[in-house]
Amino acid sequence: MAAGVAAWLPFARAAAIGWMPVANCPMPLAPADKNKRQDELIVLNVSGRRFQTWRTTLERYPDTLLGSTEKEFFFNEDTKEYFFDRDPEVFRCVLNFYRTGKLHYPRYECISAYDDELAFYGILPEIIGDCCYEEYKDRKRENAERLMDDNDSENNQESMPSLSFRQTMWRAFENPHTSTLALVFYYVTGFFIAVSVITNVVETVPCGTVPGSKELPCGERYSVAFFCLDTACVMIFTVEYLLRLFAAPSRYRFIRSVMSIIDVVAIMPYYIGLVMTNNEDVSGAFVTLRVFRVFRIFKFSRHSQGLRILGYTLKSCASELGFLLFSLTMAIIIFATVMFYAEKGSSASKFTSIPASFWYTIVTMTTLGYGDMVPKTIAGKIFGSICSLSGVLVIALPVPVIVSNFSRIYHQNQRADKRRAQKKARLARIRVAKTGSSNAYLHSKRNGLLNEALELLGTPEEENMGKTTSLIESQHHHLLHCLEKTTGLSYLVDDPLLSVRTSTIKNHEFIDEQMFEQNCMESSMQNYPSTRSPSLSSHPGLTTTCCSRRSKKTTHLPNSNLPATRLRSMQELSTIHIQGSEQPSLTTSRSSLNLKADDGLRPNCKTSQITTAIISIPTPPALTPEGESRPPPASPGPNTNIPSIASNVVKVSAL
Amino acid sequence: MRGQSRKESLSDSRDLDGSYDQLTGHPPGPTKKALKQRFLKLLPCCGPQALPSVSENSVEDEFELSTVCHRPEGLEQLQEQTKFTRKELQVLYRGFKNECPSGIVNEENFKQIYSQFFPQGDSSTYATFLFNAFDTNHDGSVSFEDFVAGLSVILRGTTDDRLNWAFNLYDLNKDGCITKEEMLDIMKSIYDMMGKYTYPALREEAPREHVESFFQKMDRNKDGVVTIEEFIESCQKDENIMRSMQLFDNVI
Repeated sequence: MAAGVAAWLPFARAAAIGWMPVANCPMPLAPADKNKRQDELIVLNVSGRRFQTWRTTLERYPDTLLGSTEKEFFFNEDTKEYFFDRDPEVFRCVLNFYRTGKLHYPRYECISAYDDELAFYGILPEIIGDCCYEEYKDRKRENAERLMDDNDSENNQESMPSLSFRQTMWRAFENPHTSTLALVFYYVTGFFIAVSVITNVVETVPCGTVPGSKELPCGERYSVAFFCLDTACVMIFTVEYLLRLFAAPSRYRFIRSVMSIIDVVAIMPYYIGLVMTNNEDVSGAFVTLRVFRVFRIFKFSRHSQGLRILGYTLKSCASELGFLLFSLTMAIIIFATVMFYAEKGSSASKFTSIPASFWYTIVTMTTLGYGDMVPKTIAGKIFGSICSLSGVLVIALPVPVIVSNFSRIYHQNQRADKRRAQKKARLARIRVAKTGSSNAYLHSKRNGLLNEALELLGTPEEENMGKTTSLIESQHHHLLHCLEKTTGLSYLVDDPLLSVRTSTIKNHEFIDEQMFEQNCMESSMQNYPSTRSPSLSSHPGLTTTCCSRRSKKTTHLPNSNLPATRLRSMQELSTIHIQGSEQPSLTTSRSSLNLKADDGLRPNCKTSQITTAIISIPTPPALTPEGESRPPPASPGPNTNIPSIASNVVKVSAL
Repeated sequence: MRGQSRKESLSDSRDLDGSYDQLTGHPPGPTKKALKQRFLKLLPCCGPQALPSVSENSVEDEFELSTVCHRPEGLEQLQEQTKFTRKELQVLYRGFKNECPSGIVNEENFKQIYSQFFPQGDSSTYATFLFNAFDTNHDGSVSFEDFVAGLSVILRGTTDDRLNWAFNLYDLNKDGCITKEEMLDIMKSIYDMMGKYTYPALREEAPREHVESFFQKMDRNKDGVVTIEEFIESCQKDENIMRSMQLFDNVI
């Protein structure tokens, strides 16, 4: 029952009075309207725009958000209205649906935004009214194409886990851009196709005279050379065909495909020629077969997208072409007949029969006008002129249809190409956004530690290093942090921009060995100064090495377990920060590092102790010490979270 | 000349009401129809008194159909005439106007609205009978006043009023008595509303048998017709019917 006539239900119930007197059995009880409250106006505040409607209007569709009790979740007690933080423009359409029972799709609206809104309000898009359904479906299809394109290329870009040799070969054949070998193969075959076609053409060119015989075409003069060339080309084509056949995922389908038929037709004449050599009876047929060699030129369609589009267009315009052909045939027959009978009277007329007149009609209708057959009688001339005039019209009619089809397909292809070209940029944007957010997280981690350190120190001298993060961001970061703690891993971001700046922070931290391990595992080792360790700017393997270190419980020098490069950078960083903290200059040797660290420790004991107090409790590496405690404050190099140095086991007491 | 006349026709097609003649610059000789058109266009939508004339014109002049609209009498008048409260009238009018923005219902509309409540069967015949019952002045359309008047009787009237109204519904030719043929038509239309797929399946003779039992109950003097007095008397004696009349108290 359409909701629009829900208002007429009382009328329908009243109309039942006609049944009462004729009924033989008693009527069932009517449903009681328990709380017979008056219909009330409710206010829907959508992003500030207030819509008002009757409650019963919304209750017409009880399986949607607005019609069910789900809207109570959005009820704002203070203002006594329902507040939705959604698009008011689309809400207009949604509300009209309740009012009129018809859902419309506004053309200016983006299709995915509209779909999202409908999904939010619990309305199925299938009930869009007929007036707008076409438009909606078209837009939806375009969007789906776009998404499919994206998915396809994404799938292509992911490194296929393990493609069999056969599959790689097939991929190489289909997309020459996937590997250099495929590209080489592509160009080589293209070259040989061109060579083959050119030899076919040049074969027939008259090539100068050999003294003592008439002018020969090149093919016969240099027959050996041409034969060799031909053989070479055919060999290449055969090899290519066999390779494709081998690599094809479905051989049966491959054999039936157009391209493979063209391949076969292109190389068959050669083999047939080999088989029947110099047999006079069939040499005529052999010559005919040579004609098929020209089909090699169609092999170019693998190399040219435009050719493929043309072929596809012609296929899709088959009906228009058929119509064109049919109408032309009709016209030709009519005019040929007329011309024949008109010219029958004149002597020595070339119009000997109706089929003979066909030639005249065709030449005239297509406005070629060779002039080998011309009408001589007056009637013939009149009909001849009518014929040529009508020819122009008949041919001109179906052509625009074919052209528009071609243009549509061509533009579709162009759109796909454009999407592919823009995809790179788009993916880069997405990647930047993702790394941006994880960078933000790591920034904040570092800054949070620093801030905590500063707070504890009570020294306002250092500036707040990072930008203030919103509450949402900080909660998000806390969440990521908890995940890190849970898994014992930590986020890695490869961004050489996050370079180390020398800081002026004097305190540096040290932690005991265990904490160091833990921090190693969870800290993100991303920001190496590009000047110092460019090799580490992006090394996704690091996290794994980091984690693999878990097993090593006791390390005299935690550093020693790290891969050399990382170690080096750590040392360098340690060096930096040590320098930053105005330590005596250190060598980069490991042992001395530790010593120096020890040395450096003393003066800063005070500060570092405070900061490390949070984490000095030797908890097992996997657990977070307590609450919001971050990993040990980052080294003073403000952009690194690397816990600077671990000395030998150093227990830091609370104070 | 030829070109000129062609130009004229073009401009005429542009100039919809033909009030300006390109050639002479004078308004064309006013035809009676054009005058009436322009006059009626100037009139505001007319009240119930002018309704007959408007609908006459609307019937003969297709151009005018789109501008016909009917406004009901004021709320106070309707309150006096019917037994509905103000709020109830408001609710009823809103529903009415939603389905019939022009303010009146014609038979097609009526049938279409009613059929939405009975998706399975064919309710068009019964709807026609209803329409004739609501359309008290028999002008082919049901205005809001007619609508509300009928509803007032059914939903707010006494039992006798209701029975009267039902009798009026059954009496197709409004001659004061129900014949067997009339009753058969009514019965068939009610059975039609059930549709084909019922349990037990509809038998051909069921309406006729039903009519026979009805007449047995109602026709006191066995003269083959049921008059209004017989009808009311018989219904008042029947418990079921009396009880079912109470159903209408709580519809609105």
